[in-house]
Amino acid sequence: MPLDAVFRDHWGRVLATLTGVLGDIELAEEAAADAFAIAAERWPRDGEPASPVGWLVATARNRAIDQIRRQQVLAAKTKLLARNLEAVPEAAMHDPATAIIPDERLELIFTCCHPALALDARVALTLRTLGGLSTEEIALAFLVPFETMSKRLTRAKHKVRDARIPFAVPPDHRLPDRLGAVLAVVYLIFNEGWGGGRIDLAAEAIRLGRALAGLMPDEAEVLALLALMLMHDARRPARIRNGQLVPLDDQDRSLWNEQHIAEGRQILQAALTREHTGPYVVQAAIAELHMRQPRDWRRIAALYETLARQTGSPVVEMNRAIAIAEIHGPEAGLAILDTLELDHYRYFHSTLADLLRRAGRHGDARRAYQRALDLAQTDPERSFLRHRLTELKARD
Amino acid sequence: MQYALLAYGHPAAPREAAGPIDSAIAEVLARPYVSGWVRLHSDESATTLRNSEGKTLLTDGPFIDSKEYLVGLIMIEAENLDGALDVAQELQGARTGGAIEVRPVFEGLFRAA
Repeated sequence: MPLDAVFRDHWGRVLATLTGVLGDIELAEEAAADAFAIAAERWPRDGEPASPVGWLVATARNRAIDQIRRQQVLAAKTKLLARNLEAVPEAAMHDPATAIIPDERLELIFTCCHPALALDARVALTLRTLGGLSTEEIALAFLVPFETMSKRLTRAKHKVRDARIPFAVPPDHRLPDRLGAVLAVVYLIFNEGWGGGRIDLAAEAIRLGRALAGLMPDEAEVLALLALMLMHDARRPARIRNGQLVPLDDQDRSLWNEQHIAEGRQILQAALTREHTGPYVVQAAIAELHMRQPRDWRRIAALYETLARQTGSPVVEMNRAIAIAEIHGPEAGLAILDTLELDHYRYFHSTLADLLRRAGRHGDARRAYQRALDLAQTDPERSFLRHRLTELKARD
Repeated sequence: MQYALLAYGHPAAPREAAGPIDSAIAEVLARPYVSGWVRLHSDESATTLRNSEGKTLLTDGPFIDSKEYLVGLIMIEAENLDGALDVAQELQGARTGGAIEVRPVFEGLFRAA
């Protein structure tokens, strides 16, 4: 296994354990980076240890002790930290090759997704600590300058330290809210990944989703989010053809990732047997229905109605309008769209345009396509919308 | 009667650069009529709670609104930010408006008057 893959697999685990011991993400990150650098030098020569995580934690711990001892200014703190350091990963020190290190990634992700941090900071911090992406990679993925991303991460780490954001899985009374915040961060990363950036954020989000599902296998919403992402991602290879966005019904199904679909369906089934289902279970169920042919628009519309009640989101209402248009005709869908205030939302205008086109209102449809085109953010979207506009003009 | 004297300074001074208190200020702070003082972390470490449709909303950062001003300072002991947020949430829930900013204290002393 190349070290890069090892690095990515172990980074979150090692960093979580070190953050628990050191009580500071920044210190943990420095120590972990040192340990990984030493591993990069030694493992190819001496072979990978039986317990790579144990080895990395023990090595990082030693580096942290050295580092703290060098900082004489923090004399009092040093004693305290050194005690901590000596007490906790004792097992790792006795026999780092076989030690079993407790998995504290859940504690870490709840810290990184704490609502006292700004959303963009939660996203960046989660990708850095759990995902093991470098600051540069995260900056690239979100198209912001390196300096901006670096400051965002530093600031977030300092707030965690100074405000003492807990490194813990929240107690039951806070768990639903806080878990919602964690899932929102993962789903945001996934959706960002559909934008076509240079870093595969969708794959990162799925990795995080898998880790969460492994750590919280009884939470319906955690499983459902993973299922939802897998089923969406399965269609990715078919979404763009010759640089143009392809609507679902026109997609070449042979390009869909069958393995992801099967896995997504299986995980959704498991989620449906758990208690406390919520919006992600409904969304995953809708995604699953969308992949069947012919599509059962009545069930899809009913689920969108449930989801609209749960979330109060006008975007969900817009999607319900699409399903209603399939059942009762475009005018029925347009009647729902008329009640929504989504003028800023690009997909609202492309949805509106499509229903107007199908209702034969070509002039209104052209104006809506033009508005969607003005708001479009990627070339495949623009190409698709231009194609539709040309078709309409040819018809008149 | 107690007075809260709120000092505003240049933001974003890193914690490490926050050296010892200036001796002239330290002298005032040590006088018997000073019942308590706090040195706050920079506003970057703040969290603000407000009421919105029956819920309390958290936002990252200090509360800034030209119409509002700081009306009080309550010092509490809490294990971590979640503990402090619980208390702040209870207080804010009992109020009709405004906001509570939760800020970790860097250094301080509080004496009964």
